[in-house]
Amino acid sequence: MDMLLLAIGAIFVNNILLAQYLGNCPFCGVSKKLSTALGMGAAVTFVAVVASMLTWAVYHYLLAPQGLEYLKTLVFILVIAALVQFAEIFIKKQSKVLYDSLGIFLPLITTNCAVMGIALLNIKHGFGFVQTVVFSAASAAGFALAILLFACVRERLFISPVPSAMRGTAIALVTAGVMSLAFMGFTGMTN
Amino acid sequence: MLIPAMILGGIAVVAAVGLGVAARVFHVDEDPRIKGLTDLLPGANCGGCGFAGCSACAAAIVEGKAEVNACVVGQTEVARSLADFMGMELVESGPQVACPDCQGGARATLKYEYGGFDDCRAAMLFFHGPLQCDHGCIGLGTCVRACQFGAITMGEKGLPVFDPNRCVGCGACVRACPKGIISIISETTKILHWNLYSECLAPCRQKCPAQVNVPKYIEHIKNGEYDLALLTVKERNPLPLSTGRVCPEPCALACRRQTEDEPVAINYLKRFVADWEMNSGHRLHIPVAPDTGKKVVVIGGGPAGLSAAYYLRRLGHAVTIFEQMPALGGMLRYGIPEYRLPKAILDWEIQGILDLGIKARTDVKLGRDFTLDFLRVEGADAIFLAVGAWRDRELGLAKTKPAGVVSGIKFLERFQEDPSIRVKGHAIVIGGGNTAIDAARTSLRAGAESVTIVYRRSRDEMPANPVEIVAAEEEGVQFHFLCAPNRFITEDDKLVGLEVLGMKLGEPDPSGRRRPMPVEGSEEVIPCEQLVEAVGQMPDLDFLQHDGMPTLPTTRWTTIDAKEHTLQTDVPYIFTGGDCFTGPGLMVEAIGAGRFAARSIHFYITQGEIPPIEHRQTNLVPDSIFDSIVGVAPLPKVHEQVVVSLEDRLGTFKEVEGTIDEEDAIYEACRCLNCGTYCYDHDMEMIRLQAQEEAAG
Repeated sequence: MDMLLLAIGAIFVNNILLAQYLGNCPFCGVSKKLSTALGMGAAVTFVAVVASMLTWAVYHYLLAPQGLEYLKTLVFILVIAALVQFAEIFIKKQSKVLYDSLGIFLPLITTNCAVMGIALLNIKHGFGFVQTVVFSAASAAGFALAILLFACVRERLFISPVPSAMRGTAIALVTAGVMSLAFMGFTGMTN
Repeated sequence: MLIPAMILGGIAVVAAVGLGVAARVFHVDEDPRIKGLTDLLPGANCGGCGFAGCSACAAAIVEGKAEVNACVVGQTEVARSLADFMGMELVESGPQVACPDCQGGARATLKYEYGGFDDCRAAMLFFHGPLQCDHGCIGLGTCVRACQFGAITMGEKGLPVFDPNRCVGCGACVRACPKGIISIISETTKILHWNLYSECLAPCRQKCPAQVNVPKYIEHIKNGEYDLALLTVKERNPLPLSTGRVCPEPCALACRRQTEDEPVAINYLKRFVADWEMNSGHRLHIPVAPDTGKKVVVIGGGPAGLSAAYYLRRLGHAVTIFEQMPALGGMLRYGIPEYRLPKAILDWEIQGILDLGIKARTDVKLGRDFTLDFLRVEGADAIFLAVGAWRDRELGLAKTKPAGVVSGIKFLERFQEDPSIRVKGHAIVIGGGNTAIDAARTSLRAGAESVTIVYRRSRDEMPANPVEIVAAEEEGVQFHFLCAPNRFITEDDKLVGLEVLGMKLGEPDPSGRRRPMPVEGSEEVIPCEQLVEAVGQMPDLDFLQHDGMPTLPTTRWTTIDAKEHTLQTDVPYIFTGGDCFTGPGLMVEAIGAGRFAARSIHFYITQGEIPPIEHRQTNLVPDSIFDSIVGVAPLPKVHEQVVVSLEDRLGTFKEVEGTIDEEDAIYEACRCLNCGTYCYDHDMEMIRLQAQEEAAG
């Protein structure tokens, strides 16, 4: 039950995108088409879960015993960057289609604050390994959910009579704000 | 201090080694040429090539899935550098530009008020398109916004207007248009295209055997764009000067205006733009595709042969015409008299076709001077047989023809060779077709005292053009209807008269004309010294009996047999068309057949097989034929231009009819309703033009 609440909290209440505003670059960049957004969501989920597991292990077995907790940000950047590079090489080999559709955004995950944020939040909340996995997967799922919803909205926005000054990213940010307000409705459902 | 540094360094080393190993294990072979090509491409990532961005395009070129000229933005310059990089030869295609296929636009607003999203796709999605027909333009300008090159603007008629100079043919507008009425068209596709039932086709376009886009060229004339009008005609008909003079206008029979008014004088307008080019002193540039290295031989230099040669040449093939007579033109030259089609004009027109790079050999006859096998050995990839229908049918009234009896085509041909021949005494012409009328009018001009046409049915059944019949009557040709020739009356083997038998009309025969029945005891004799038998023609296929000819099946009408939908004969590399395939027909039918054969030959010699045309329009679309039209008031048709008076005509072969002037041409063009399959312009267009004129004047 705790795990379920944790997951629901991560997906809806503390949605990494709409409540914490992390990971905005791909949110605006890759959300023009539903199919690309789907690929991006999947990629972030994959990277976030694996990165969290790895950083959790690094933190608890390498940094904490040595009293080097203050190095976590630096080390996590290094670990996540290497991981994303690895993921890129791997996807390129295994799925050309996925690689083509994500294009330049795969390297973007390297500096994706959502992934970094999830890894740091795990430590901040003092989660155990299982909690870390659940929280990371749920947070990333929240990211995927938000970007998919947003892509649907943007596909409709594209054919709407938007004033030319507001076209593109401007209207996207306004829309994101409105969506964020909508997600505020979940506040208080869990602690 | 040491430990943190070591840990950090250690992690970095592990990551680096891990990545290094992964890069080796998961190595993907990427052609270095892909990067090279990507650098050469403009990097617009527009997707106009059909691939996901420039690097995908580069990969496709390396894999051979795309041509080096795939990039639509860079066009020739980039294509050349790509070709150099790949060590390939650049095969240029003609320019490709976007073309809309809708005449409608703003007139749809006559029917609907639309207050939705300002976007065609949204309108289509939510309201299935507000307009009056399934394939018309919605007119909200989504294509204008889709174009990255500023080549599209919304015209005052509510239709997008394309600037061919700015259009790069990227296809963004094609993808944006929810109605699918914009297509990227190269000159080649235009030539290979045939009317489809799925297209928006005015009745005249459906009816024209050559499928000329009549409303489009009339619209150009209306706007004073005579060059564009003529190029539109020449997409379908390479002989506008000749058709403009002799075509009986099957299109006008379908003209929608005639339900309330006289049909538009389409042929006067065609003749006007054709003459405009000739009188302007320089020829319009006709684009020709780069050489393909394929050779095609066309046998017969008549309208079918010239048309096939013209389109095959424009498709990039090397074409040689073989002609049995001393000059090209076929029946246009030897069957149509000078007063209908001056030969100087025909020469000018044919020269324009030859100037595209077509070789012609005259005075060579198939069977006598060369064989089909010989052409094949000489390297012809395909042969187009368009030998026409040059053999006169004969009545067989006497075993030996008395002096003074001649057949129709021979008679007209003789005048072409020597216009100074005189006809003495009274002349009779037997037959009711155009050849008979031509022979009669020619005889009058050559000095015959009187000319009588003998025809076994009544005037209504005459197959000749009504205009020609009227002209013959005006010039004094007498008509004996409902009487059939019975026997020649001769004295000393010289013709002195023709015995005819009265006829009455019976039941309709399979062709729908009423069958003539002889009336007993109604014989009478018409005195004459000269008689022309113009009772029909058929192809002369004697050459097939010579050695060195492949076996070609023929039909019982003495025509060459071929497949209807390809014009290919049983010998795959031999195609046929025109009169020798259909029997004697109209010039404009032969022109259509020539282009159809060119399409088949093009596919045969480049791909080996001829793709069938799905939904090819062959009959009139029933829904497009209206019983009545609203919002159109009768407007008198422009007058014909008779330049040689009736009195002067008999002594001269000078052309009888002239060309209408510019003012009349624009007036007549404005009579065109600019129809689509279901839509047409109301008189509002007329009213608007008049208002404009008033404002200007």
